[in-house]
Amino acid sequence: MPTPPRSTHAPGASIRQRAALLAGRVARDATRRLGRGGGTALPGLVAGTLAPDLIEAAGRLPGLGAVTVTGTNGKTTTTHLLAAIAREAGWEPLTNRSGSNLARGLVTALVDSAGATGEVERRAGRLGIYEVDEAVLPTVFGRLRPRVAVFLNLFRDQLDRYGEIDSVAEGWAAMLPSEAEATREEWAPTLVLNADDPSVALLAEDAPGRVVWFGIDDEGVALPGGEHASDARFCRCGSRLHHERQFMGHVGHWSCPACGRHRARPDIAASAVRLDAEGSDVEVRIGDACLSLRVPTAGLYSVTNALAALAAAHALGAPADVALRAIAAAGPAFGRQERFEVDGRHIRIWLAKNPAGLNEIVRALIASDGPKHLLAMLNDGIQDGKDVSWIYDADLERLAPQIGSLVCAGDRADDMALRFAIGGMTAAAVIAETEDALDAALDRTPSGGTLDVIATYTAMIDVREAVARRAGVGSYWEDPS
Amino acid sequence: MTSDAPNAGPIRVLSLYDDVMNVYADRGNVLAVQHRAALRNLNIEVIAASLGDALPESADLVLIGGGQDREQRRIAEELAAHGPALRAWAEEGVAMLAVCGGFQLFGRWYRDTSGEQLPGAEVFDVTTVAPGPGQERCIGDILVTSTLPEVGAVVGFENHGGRTYLGPTATPFARVEYGHGNNGADGTEGVVHGSAIGTYLHGSVLPKNPRLLDWLLARAVQHRTGVMPSFAPLEDVLESRAHRAAAEVARRRSPRFA
Repeated sequence: MPTPPRSTHAPGASIRQRAALLAGRVARDATRRLGRGGGTALPGLVAGTLAPDLIEAAGRLPGLGAVTVTGTNGKTTTTHLLAAIAREAGWEPLTNRSGSNLARGLVTALVDSAGATGEVERRAGRLGIYEVDEAVLPTVFGRLRPRVAVFLNLFRDQLDRYGEIDSVAEGWAAMLPSEAEATREEWAPTLVLNADDPSVALLAEDAPGRVVWFGIDDEGVALPGGEHASDARFCRCGSRLHHERQFMGHVGHWSCPACGRHRARPDIAASAVRLDAEGSDVEVRIGDACLSLRVPTAGLYSVTNALAALAAAHALGAPADVALRAIAAAGPAFGRQERFEVDGRHIRIWLAKNPAGLNEIVRALIASDGPKHLLAMLNDGIQDGKDVSWIYDADLERLAPQIGSLVCAGDRADDMALRFAIGGMTAAAVIAETEDALDAALDRTPSGGTLDVIATYTAMIDVREAVARRAGVGSYWEDPS
Repeated sequence: MTSDAPNAGPIRVLSLYDDVMNVYADRGNVLAVQHRAALRNLNIEVIAASLGDALPESADLVLIGGGQDREQRRIAEELAAHGPALRAWAEEGVAMLAVCGGFQLFGRWYRDTSGEQLPGAEVFDVTTVAPGPGQERCIGDILVTSTLPEVGAVVGFENHGGRTYLGPTATPFARVEYGHGNNGADGTEGVVHGSAIGTYLHGSVLPKNPRLLDWLLARAVQHRTGVMPSFAPLEDVLESRAHRAAAEVARRRSPRFA
């Protein structure tokens, strides 16, 4: 087990912090009693306002310290898998829940674990595992001081919120301590980097300490042609990158013909991948050892998330066999390929936030034969992205040969239906309201069949609630994962 | 193939720098043109030209989308070198739609956030200046009324730092109802010059603005065949619904332009 870092800021160490955490608990319980959702943000907002140094506290849990997980896609699932590994390894993970990944979400994680006295119990195996929004990370990184920082990928996402994607990558590079700072501050975070994403991989040049690489070696799962949502085409030196193969968007085996920068050989690699409708069988190379892994959720992106969790576990010193066992046994994260049974039909919920993610969902769906029954839900709130243009960047056309039935829903159901129509697919119904849309979609799904629900963030929250109620499953804040 | 001129060949749609100026999903405009051309039984051919490519000999409709400063810097010089050819095309009535970053670079010049002045293709008599740091980008739902009576209301989403100003010979494409438009100050949106339109509207803009799409397609047909077609109205059920939904969102969420 790795040595615990210094812990001078144990959460609940000061009276002020304890009072703040208690106030957060009151806020959480009140929102739940009022039926205003799970209270994943408000408790942290309340507590964090009363004691701003709770962010520092979140990073200095007494025990094993903290890990941050960031990137455009896969944060929640990777955090979920790493927490499962940590539990399997006998540690006590503390995570922020359900994609609540802004600063207040981190503080909510402390509120959730604080006892009735406002103290977070001191345990030797405590490990903070926090997913952090890619644009927010630079504002909290130096305060959290994680031991390990995982970077998954960088795709265009919610440009209405972030402006331009380049500024996100620049923020990441700027937040890392220099070697001199790392020595002075005794803080040199290990970077866990996706070797296949050049925007992420180039961060290695700014790494103050160790780098652990993960990536896909298997050439057989590369895309036959390029995808449209391809974002990082240029090197730091300004030249156009060459992609020998692409796995998703700009993620693949890349090099720069001008300056010679190239993809690093991963420490944790998927050397063989066999995708099926439910998940994938993967040969994982860890150093020089080769091990088998069953990834229990579909799509190549699920493989990448599993590799990231394995690499982070490796950086933390968890045994490989423990990590593989934990991933194989892990259920899906909230709203990420979660499965339910309703009225004799299977329902699977897919969160779609951006073109790269939606392309991967499409790819996972068409990996199996047979007609697909879809409910596609598009909302345009702040958390969804107010600009719905992105749906035109996803290659929905690939679904056309396999569409069994299609219902479009959400605040921008009409935009969604028009996007499908332009791709050659006609919606049987276009219904803004969630419950009615769900009825219409279930009506068109044969008994024993599967309804795949693809939804943007707030639409996913809505539809998951409706589906869970019909399936007799609890609300998300009751989910112990 | 159009019935007007059976021997004129397919309408040539040129998609410019579609692998570079692709950040805001303006690819939807190409998809919408293909879709509507099929509905109208028009034979079209889409040609892509990007960095290092020569322009084709001719085109009837030119499309270019938006990109960040980084992408704009990559294409600016080459696009400016295509300027004389593009200007000649515009003068002979080739239809054009340049969106956001493409619109800026179809102007005279663009001074980007770093202060560097990028040359433009000078199809439009407009100039653009990116404001200094600290100044807000123009981001949000937008509803405008076109100066082209056949086009009417146009809806979309704008996301730009640069402020664009019309030169003395320029005509705005539209007046802002809700949103920011060219510069947030003078109430103009975009520019129209003959059959060429520049605009800040994403959405993508063409799918849910079928009247604008028809306006461009008609001019592309006219350029190919020499005859302005008279298009029969289409039902446009989904298009109208998506248009109305976007207009409603703009009225609700964006500032009314006084």
